[in-house]
Amino acid sequence: MSLTIENPRAPRTRRSPGGVNWEKWGWVYMRVSGVILVVLIFGHLFVNLIVGEGVKAIDFAFVGGKYANPFWRIWDFAMLWLALIHGANGMRHLVNDYAANEKLRKLLLLALGGSTAVLLVLGSLVIFTFDPCPANSPADLLPSFCS
Amino acid sequence: MSDKTAGTLAPHRSRTKVPEGTLYRGREGMWSWVLHRITGVAIFFFLLVHILDTALIRVSPEAYNAVISTYQNPVMGVGEVGLVGAIGFHALNGIRIVLIDFWQVGTKYHRLMFYTVLALWLVLMAGFVPRHLMNVFGEYWVG
Ligand code: HEM
Repeated sequence: MSLTIENPRAPRTRRSPGGVNWEKWGWVYMRVSGVILVVLIFGHLFVNLIVGEGVKAIDFAFVGGKYANPFWRIWDFAMLWLALIHGANGMRHLVNDYAANEKLRKLLLLALGGSTAVLLVLGSLVIFTFDPCPANSPADLLPSFCS
Repeated sequence: MSDKTAGTLAPHRSRTKVPEGTLYRGREGMWSWVLHRITGVAIFFFLLVHILDTALIRVSPEAYNAVISTYQNPVMGVGEVGLVGAIGFHALNGIRIVLIDFWQVGTKYHRLMFYTVLALWLVLMAGFVPRHLMNVFGEYWVG
């Protein structure tokens, strides 16, 4: 880990000349996704924590009621992908900054990438295969439109 | 000082014995960065758990209701204030970062914008905290 700040006037070094500048697009992504996430996350918090009874009202029937409308499925799907990739890329910065040992750094990046991929697939499957009226479930736990 | 450092040390004009620090270190720029980093990491770990607990809606209504009821416990209710506070700061300061990067006079006003972020954060929390705590502690209310 270097303890001095790089000279800002040092000539720029390109990892892969002529290739895609991934670090630049990562930088752009943090900003674009961040601005969209402000709308998605504040909307999410408002509808789930402020409207009506707030956290107290959240249960299976509440989620079923929301997901009856594809609007909220798409909202949550966009939020899942934008936020998780934004957060994972941010964590990649931290790993690069603090993992002094090269082997440990590679391992942490691998764990980060692996868990991010698994959660993206899991979360997407849950959103789009969700059934608000599962068979053999007590009616009082389900949204009112099921019966 | 190595000539590799970027010349961020403030010129030493006064003769006081108090360490003056640098233009960046110990000031708004550094603290906004520290807070942005800590809140970002905290939200990230919450998001990992939150995707897993929400995934239980695909298992059964009973499983989901059991886990979500822990979020309604008063201790967690207070934790949610911290969570919303962290997200609120990260979001507002994130907009500040974008303005520093893309607005012509962003770097000139970065310090003013930091205090604006803190002020807007207070307004946000003033709106959220009473409402949320009433929802969480409402049933313990006597009177
Ligand atoms: C609410 C809207 C959000 C906005 C406006 C926002 C904005 C930003 C910005 C502009 C950066 C700086 C990127 C850079 O320096 O290149 C950043 C970093 C980061 N964000 Fe967010 N973000 C938001 C939500 C989130 C969420 C939901 C998470 C977690 C899942 C998160 C986790 C992080 C992390 C870990 C970093 C890296 C911090 C660092 O490098 O010091 N952010 N965010």
